[in-house]
Amino acid sequence: MSGVTPSASLLAPPSTWEEFTEGMWKRNPVFVMVLGMCPTLAVTVSAVNSISMGLATTFVLAASCFLISVMRKMIPKEVRIATYIVIIATFVTVVDYAVQAISLDLYEALGAYIQLIVANCLVLGRAEAHAARNPPIPATMNAVGMGLGFTLALTMIGGVREILGAGAFFGIPLFGPHFQPWVIMVLPPGGFFVMAGWLLLFSILRRRAQLRTPAEAAAAEPSGASCHGA
Amino acid sequence: MARESLAQILLTTILSGNFVLAMFLGMCPFLGVTHSVSVAFPLGLATTFVIVIASLSAYLLNWLLGMAHLEFLRLICYIVVIASAVQLVEMYVKKHHPALFRALGIYLPLITTNCAVLGVALFQTARDYNFAQSITFAIGGGVGFTLALTLLASVRERVELADVPEVVQGTVLVLMLAGVLSLAFMGFAGLGG
Repeated sequence: MSGVTPSASLLAPPSTWEEFTEGMWKRNPVFVMVLGMCPTLAVTVSAVNSISMGLATTFVLAASCFLISVMRKMIPKEVRIATYIVIIATFVTVVDYAVQAISLDLYEALGAYIQLIVANCLVLGRAEAHAARNPPIPATMNAVGMGLGFTLALTMIGGVREILGAGAFFGIPLFGPHFQPWVIMVLPPGGFFVMAGWLLLFSILRRRAQLRTPAEAAAAEPSGASCHGA
Repeated sequence: MARESLAQILLTTILSGNFVLAMFLGMCPFLGVTHSVSVAFPLGLATTFVIVIASLSAYLLNWLLGMAHLEFLRLICYIVVIASAVQLVEMYVKKHHPALFRALGIYLPLITTNCAVLGVALFQTARDYNFAQSITFAIGGGVGFTLALTLLASVRERVELADVPEVVQGTVLVLMLAGVLSLAFMGFAGLGG
């Protein structure tokens, strides 16, 4: 199952479809690999913000992974990280200006966090661990999958925070006028608690599965709890 | 925005607007290297140093780019300068403190992708801070980062001895502790505000 690590995938290349679905759930960048935590916690005060941030990151991830994969034989090993960062920064600048042109409200809500996509370890981590070793098509598919997985996770966190903290979902009020919003959920501590809550839920579910089929679930252990991607 | 006094900026960035606990900058080292105070504190200091250098260079760069009307290159220039600054710190630590170098491991080069460093550069530009304000912002941010890292590491050292249910161990526990810390820091809201 989680034998689909970058090194193992060199031995038996996974199909393009597997590359795509890998990041969506099984190796979800937020919930399983715990990468890219800054935007995950900072912008997820509402579902709209989360989804926009997720899509912006997906674009940067896919575009830079494609370019890095195309250029992987040209980039000297010694300066590869610097090269990746310059490529990523270029695409982030594009996204930054695009969001500014599409919706100024959204741009102000996300603030400097759009530009901070450069410092998102998910992007650099995928560039180094996957795009630099695979041909363009699988690399891009993997990046899109990872990006959508990231978007999904962000929306799950943002949705819960918006429902509890503002009584709405995608800006549509859910409860009556007497609803007392749980303000702490849209404030910084809420980000930590909601993220912890989701991880706890998955931890409990995994444990249940482990009790049912010990051998299979043991292989589905998370790969780690830190930013070791790069 | 640019009218804030230096004391206000310093207090806000260390306490109520703490980089880690209120602005979510620099989460990776916050979750990753806070196993023990002896590693978290030096990393905090190294990051503070890089943050101050980044802030200085970002201020200069922004001025230069503004003169040349090349603002769209801002992000790329910032990140390249920060990456070089990190390289310098890494070489210094490797030569003079090899034990610390091994303890910090991958997290030292990863200061480059630490949002706190780039965040300082971006926020000071967005808020139009002048030179003195930028430096104060950077120092306050670095001290606040070190404070948050050290606090969480101390709490985690004590929780090691507690009997925590197995499902909660790992990232879940760290996030919950961070949430409580963040809640505590919210008590400072309005201070220096």
